[in-house]
Order: sequence, then structure tokens, then C-alpha cells
Amino acid sequence: MAAEMLLLLASPLAGGAVLALVGQRGYAAEVNAGFAIVTFGAAARLVARVIADGPLSAFEEQFFVDSLNVFLVALTAFVAMTTSLFSRPYMRIERSHGRVTDAGMRLYHSMYQLFTFTMLLVLTTNNLGVMWVAMEAATLTTVLLVALYRTHASLEAAWKYFILCGVGIAQALFGTILVYFAAERILGAGIGSLLWTHLAAVKADLEPTVMSIAFVFLLVGYGTKVGLVPLHNWLPDAHAEGPTPISAVLSGLLLNVALYALIRFKVLTDGALERPFASGLLMGFGLLSVAVAAFFLSRQRDIKRMFAYSSIEHMGLITFAFGMGGPVASFAGLLHMTVHSLTKSAIFFAVGHAAQKNGTQLMDGIRGLVKVSPTIGWGLMLGTAAILGMPPFGVFASEFLILTTAIAQQPWAAPILLVSLGVSFAAIFSKVQAMVFGEPSAARLPHRPALVPVFTHLALVLLLGLYIPPYLADWYRLAARLIG
Amino acid sequence: MNLAGAAAQFTELMLAVLLAPLLTGWVNQCRAWLQNKSAPGLLQPYRVLAKLFQKEVVLAHNASPLFRAAPYLVFGCLALAAAIVPSLSTGLPLNAAADAIALVGLLALARFFIALAGMDVGTAFGTLGARREMMVGFLAEPALLMVLFTASLISHSSSLSTIVEALGHREFVIYPSMAFAGVAFTMVSLAENARIPVDNPATHLELTMIHEAMVLEYSGRHLAMVEWAASLKLFVYSCMGLALFFPFGIAQGGDWPGIVLALPVLLAKLAAGGAALALIEMVSAKMRIFRAPEFLGTAFLLAVLAMLVHVLLEG
Amino acid sequence: MLQHYGPQLVNLLAAVLLLLAFAMLSQRRILSLINLFAAQGLVLFLATALVASITGQPHLYWSAGLTLLLKVLLLPWILHRLIRRLNVKWDVETLLNIPTTMLVGIVLVILAFNLAAPISQLAGTVTRSTLGIAMASVLLSFLMMITRSKAVPQVVGFLSMENGLFFAATAAVYGMPMVVELGVALDVLVASLILGVFLFQIRERFDSVDTRHLEKLKEH
Repeated sequence: MAAEMLLLLASPLAGGAVLALVGQRGYAAEVNAGFAIVTFGAAARLVARVIADGPLSAFEEQFFVDSLNVFLVALTAFVAMTTSLFSRPYMRIERSHGRVTDAGMRLYHSMYQLFTFTMLLVLTTNNLGVMWVAMEAATLTTVLLVALYRTHASLEAAWKYFILCGVGIAQALFGTILVYFAAERILGAGIGSLLWTHLAAVKADLEPTVMSIAFVFLLVGYGTKVGLVPLHNWLPDAHAEGPTPISAVLSGLLLNVALYALIRFKVLTDGALERPFASGLLMGFGLLSVAVAAFFLSRQRDIKRMFAYSSIEHMGLITFAFGMGGPVASFAGLLHMTVHSLTKSAIFFAVGHAAQKNGTQLMDGIRGLVKVSPTIGWGLMLGTAAILGMPPFGVFASEFLILTTAIAQQPWAAPILLVSLGVSFAAIFSKVQAMVFGEPSAARLPHRPALVPVFTHLALVLLLGLYIPPYLADWYRLAARLIG
Repeated sequence: MNLAGAAAQFTELMLAVLLAPLLTGWVNQCRAWLQNKSAPGLLQPYRVLAKLFQKEVVLAHNASPLFRAAPYLVFGCLALAAAIVPSLSTGLPLNAAADAIALVGLLALARFFIALAGMDVGTAFGTLGARREMMVGFLAEPALLMVLFTASLISHSSSLSTIVEALGHREFVIYPSMAFAGVAFTMVSLAENARIPVDNPATHLELTMIHEAMVLEYSGRHLAMVEWAASLKLFVYSCMGLALFFPFGIAQGGDWPGIVLALPVLLAKLAAGGAALALIEMVSAKMRIFRAPEFLGTAFLLAVLAMLVHVLLEG
Repeated sequence: MLQHYGPQLVNLLAAVLLLLAFAMLSQRRILSLINLFAAQGLVLFLATALVASITGQPHLYWSAGLTLLLKVLLLPWILHRLIRRLNVKWDVETLLNIPTTMLVGIVLVILAFNLAAPISQLAGTVTRSTLGIAMASVLLSFLMMITRSKAVPQVVGFLSMENGLFFAATAAVYGMPMVVELGVALDVLVASLILGVFLFQIRERFDSVDTRHLEKLKEH
């Protein structure tokens, strides 16, 4: 286990170092993909280990992989790999259009690997302090990438991203300090009091007042990174202005990772307090995010901004599900995390190429995709169908479970959810339909677009809609029990 | 009230009245040294007072009795304030008669009379000075009160005697709230005594004056009383500051050996304070008048902060 | 004697920290702002070293040394170099006028003290009463960030917020484990470097570092 863990973390780290030197060369994209494949291989081996042996810890309990984060590790490594494959032709096209310089390409490739490293570190570490450090590092690695194109809009987006996420993360640091404070009273000083496994063992004895204050700060802090309303201001800009591979990993992976951190703390808080304090807060923020995002979504004219708001909506839905709690809702939440990640990144892949073909991200400027490039057009159409929750895609299954649980347990919330989902359905569907069909306005691309990643993701989502592998279902169930 | 106590009180009062011009002279001396100029001499203020007393008084036609009485009233108020502040010893007869709030009231009374006198003759500059003085006073007074309240909270009494006893005669404790209060008090006393950065005492440009503008009409012995009162005010504020923040060396209960020892300590502390004032004046530039409320607002907020810090850190 | 006067000195240093936070809030000139930030780092270093000698925790000495290196020497130097090369003007514009800002600051201080009171009571450290001050300086830095419209004061506000959090950690739990502290220090350093690069890009594109130019992205 230690070897797989080491490889998992060392591979992207090494990739970052190597690409910092050769990132602008012609073969840099292949090197990038190569490192991503190695990382995925290590993740697959780790997953196989966990299937065989159950939860594992390594390096004196500094790292811990259990049912909650194992599938996230695999998902992160997988999406990072497919995105790196997508990024090959995409960035080549961007380069030939002159939107990125040599130094920019170096930065892009090395930061991509380092970003993967920080995300995997957040997911696998057992140390809550290191989790914070890695989360902040994840923000830092992507700030300059959002500003890669050096336009007015991208600089503004990156600045907002930096400042708002930085301030939020600072609140999360205070929350972490308070958790350490509560833990120190029981477990004594030292690094053992920051290990999640130790804290989970004594969570009933943690001081309730301190934990509730800590959770509020952590919710504000990590919630900013998840994109919960009203802390979401940075998200549409940051996801819309950066290069598309970065939008894909930000939407698909970083939001999940931030939510994972929040869930770990929710487990501790629920153990410390008897009343459903954390659950109530999560439900409230989740519902607010769904409603507000649906409203803003219908007013968007930029396609990536629209799908960024869709990410906020779906993360709100997942947060709401975790807030409700119980085996079904938590299961659904975890499933939704997986399928949303795959679907959203697939959509961004298709959107990226569509925008490249038409030279604009405004939806009014993109028309008739299916005529010019059937693969991009159908990719976008299917991806949209998937994200809107149409059966038999996996998103339908998880949304159905969440809604039925809501109707049963929190009937007041169900109408809000249904209306919001309906509004976003109508908005996205009508806009995408206009883009995919109609008179074409696209140009030829200098390189062939990469669409294998799009269809791979969509196929996986379809698969998960029809059949969930037993070990995956077991993890979801175990994790759901852990979340409570 | 025994004889020793009364004698001690009288000594304190006389000392204040007689030494005040010396303090002003010392501050001017230090300032000249820091600016590498040659000073007019330590006893120059006395010479100025003597000269003024010999000169003829020139009054405007429409000057009211208040105009003629105001210098004496102001001097009287400030002399009384000097008697209340425990500069040499605590526990003197008049100390029991008045506490910190009464002290602030006396200073306000003095300001009131001088402002009225400035407006009395009806010149533009007099009214200008009076208005500005009132603006400074209106903002400085709450700040001063807050500083005194902080000290009162620490010593559980608003009598200056008790405050000095609590801060100086018990064992040495570091009070962070007094650090804040000290900064606030310095800012307030700079404003009230018409020092840079609020007002330049040596200016001759009427449009930038605050204190000087009010007394433009005075001459002869009236001017002498006003100038003497101004240096007495500086003395009172210095002694107040020393009593609040550096209370060591002050005698207890009016015993004469203690007072004899307290005198050189007081002189040393005043000398140090005067030099510090000269230094502050030298490194600061005079603010524009409309920034004065900001300056004093900051002082007020620091004083409030001192109270908050006291409540938080000191019980 | 250290046992008796030590906690009082720490309280005094905490009060000076709060004073510096207010001074930064009311400061108009960018150069003085950076010097105040360095002074804040120095006070932090002294407080940490003092707590280390009172409680006999050796890892706090390392922590204090790290603070000195990073927050008193390295970061102010980076910031000074940055403003020299950016050639920013010396006056800082504020969105609210300074007396109002100070008044809001006082309200935040009261809020912070109230929030920290229950936690202070539970703490077992000798410096527990300073937790309220640490929280207050975090909130004041936050206020400074939102009332300034130029980029460099916002950055200084962000860094001084981290100072406040560090002090809170020292006050409540005698500092976090070294691994975490090193990680946080690394993050802060990298953040400052990235900000430096970033501000150049903003300057290049907008010819100014006024963040009001950075509010144009809306839902068109």
C-alpha cells in the first residue's frame, strides 16, 4: 500500500518538475498525458488493493484510504488522465491560434500536474492540517492558469478567484485550528490530534460548542471552494475564462474534492453534537445554491458560464443530499458526485471544441454544430441530456433517489428542487438545441478534435445509470453509513 | 484638614503656577536644539510675561466685561485643575473634593470662557478660532473621558487620588489597555494644547490658527494671563499624563518627606515629557483643519478600544 | 519572574497587535502599510518566542524563527520590491471614509470578543484571553481587504489575516504541529510570489492596479 501511495503522489509531482523544464516543446502534451496515465495506473492499483484488503493507512497513519475517498481517488486520476488526452489537440489548436505563449505552455503543463498532485493529496491525507495546505495549494496552482490568456476578463476572473477563495480558505484554517483545539483536550498535543481517524474514534467526546463554531467556519471556508451560494461569485468567472481543460478539471474534480473535505468534518461535527446542526446548514446552503443557480443560469449568454452555474446547481444538490442524510440520500449524493464529474467534464470537452470551431464562447455565435462536426454536435447533445437527468444516464438515477428521499423526509424542499431543476432543464435544453441544430456558423479546425474522452465519459455515465458494479455499490453504502 | 495637608496642597498649587512657563520654555528649548537652532533661553517665557504685565491694555470699544474677566476666569479654572491633579502627592485636601470627571469639567469651563472671549469683540478671526476650538474640544473631551474611564475601571474609582494609588503604589502590573489609553491620551493632549500636528503654536498665519486666533485681541496683562493659562494647561495635561501612566514617585497622603522626594522625580519626568513632546512636534507635520476630526476620532476609538481590551484581557 | 510577568507581556503584545491592525486600517500610504505589516510580524515573533519560553515548548521557537524569517524579512521585502517595480502611487483610496471604517472596526472587535469568549473559557493555555484579540485582528484585516480598491492593500490585508490566524493558533493551542505550520508558511510564500506575477499581468493589461477595473465581468 505504501508503494502505490508513493507512486500515486510522486508521479504528478515528478511530472510537474519535468514539465516545468520542457513544457513548451512539441512533445510536452504527450509527456503530460504519459504522467497522467502513470498516475491513473497507480490509482487503479491502489483501488484494487482496497477492494482486496479494505480500508488502508500508510506512513504512520498520515495517509488513509477508505470507502469514502477510494472512488474519488480513482475518479480524480481517471478524469485527469482523459482531460490530459483531450488537452493534447485542444491546446495545440489554441497554440496555433496564438492565444498562448511558450512560457504559458510550460506553466500550463507543469501546473496541471501539480494541480493533480494537490488534489490527490487532499483526498488521501489523514492529517486535517495537511488537507488544508493541499487545498490552498490547489487554488494557487490554478490561479495563474485561469489567467493564462491574459485578457481583461481572464485576469479579472483569476483575481476574484484568488481573493475570494483565499479569504474563504483562511476561514477554513481557523475552523481547522478550532478542531485541533477541541481534539487536543482529549487526545493531547501533537500531530496525532490532527489525524481524522483518531478524531473519528473520539468524536462523541469533542466539545460541542467549539465544534459547532468550527463547523461554521469550515462551511464558509470549504463551502467557498465548493461554490455554495452566497460564496460562489468566483466560480462562473473562473470556470468560464480559463482554458477548457482547466474548466473541466475545476468543475469536475476540485468541487468534489472540496465537498469531500467538508463531509469529513461533517462526520466529526455530527458525532460531537446531538442535534442536526451540520445537516441543517448543509441542507440550507445546498437548497439555496440549487435555486439561485437555476435562476442565474437562464440569463447566461456565454456557454461555459452557463455550465459553470450548472455545476453550482449540481453541487448544491449533492450538498443538500448529504445534509438530508440517511443511507439512500448519502448513497445518491456519492453517486451523483461521480456521474456529475464525468458528465460535466465531457460537456466541457465538447463545448471547448465547439467554441474553438466558432471562435466565440457566446451561445448566439455557435450554431449548427451537428452539420459541421457530427461528433462534437452529438457529444454536446448527449452530454446535455445526461446532465439534465434524462434516463438512462446515471444522473437520472441519483437525482431520482435524491428527489424521492426529499419528498419523503423534507417535503417542504421538494417543490423548490423540482422547480429549480425544471427551470435549468428548460434553459439549458433550449440553448443547446439552438446551438446543435440550425444553420452552421463554424469554421474548420487546424487539428482534429479529441472526442474519445467525451464519449468514454458518457459511456461510463450510461453504464452507471444501468448497472453499478458491486464493489462500487458497497463503497457507496459503506461511505453512506460513515456519513450518517 | 490639617495644616500639613493644607501646606502641601498650597505648595503643589504654587509649584504648578510658577513652573508652568518653565515647562513651556523647556519644550521650546528642546525643539530649537532638535532643529539645530539656538534657543531663546529657558527663562524666556518669564521675561515675556514680565514684559506683558508692564504694558498698557488696549481694549476694543465694544469689548464687554466678559472680555476683561475671561483671562482671570480661565487662569482660575486651570489653577484649580492643577491643584486637583496629584502631581506631587495623593490624598491632599482638594483631591477629595473633585474627581476625574470634575477635572474634565474644569478644563471644559476654561475652554468655554476663552471661546466666548474670542467671539466677544466680533472680529472674523476671533470667531474662526472659537469655532475651531469648540470643534476640537467637542471631539477631544469624549476621548479624554474614555481614557479616564479606563483608568477608573482598573482602579474601581474615578477619584484621581485613588487611580494613582492603584496604578502606582500597588505592585507593578502591565496593563495593555493603558497602552491604548496612553496613545489616545497623547493624541488628545496634542490637540487640546494646540500643538503640532493639530495647531502650530508658533504660527503667524491667521487662517491656520486655532488657539492663537482666539486671543488675537488681547494685550498687556490680559494677554499675559492668557499666555500663562496656556502654559498652565500644558502643565496640567502633562501632570495628568504622568499621574495616569507613570505614577511612580508620587508621594502618598501628603507626608512631607515623600513630597520632598517627589519633587525632583516630577521635574525629571516633566523634562523627559517635554523633550518627547518636542520630538513629536518635530517629526510631525501640521494637519489640515478638516483632518482634525479624523485625528480626534481615531483617539476616541483608541480609547474605546482600551476599555474593550480591559474588559477582555483584564477581567 | 518570567512566569509572573510573561503572560502580562504577552497580553501587552496582543494589545499592540490589535493597535497595529487598527493602524493599518486607518493608513493612507502604501509604504507605511507594508512597514506596519512588518511590525505586526515582529510583534508576532516576540509573542511566540515569549510563549515558547514561558511554557517550555521547543517547537514554538522554530515557529517563531519561521515567522521572523518569513513575515518580518522575506514578505515585506517582496512587497517593497513589488511596489517599486509597479511604481504605484503612494495614496490609498478607500471606499468608506476613515472614521466610518474605524467605527465598523470597533463593532467587529466587539463581535470577535463575544465570539471568542466561550472558546477562551475552555482553553487550557496561559494565553487564552488573547484569542479574542486574534479573532479581532483577523476580522479587521478582512475589513481592510473589502474597503480598499487598490490591489496591493488587499494583498497586505490577506497576509495580515494569516498573521491573525497564526496568533490565534499560538494563543489557543500553542501552535499547530510543525508540519502544518511549515505547509502554511509555504502556501503564504507561494501565494505572495504568485500575486507578484499576477499584479504585473494586471498592470500590463489595465495600466493600473485599481481593482475597480476588475469588476466588469457581469452576466451579459
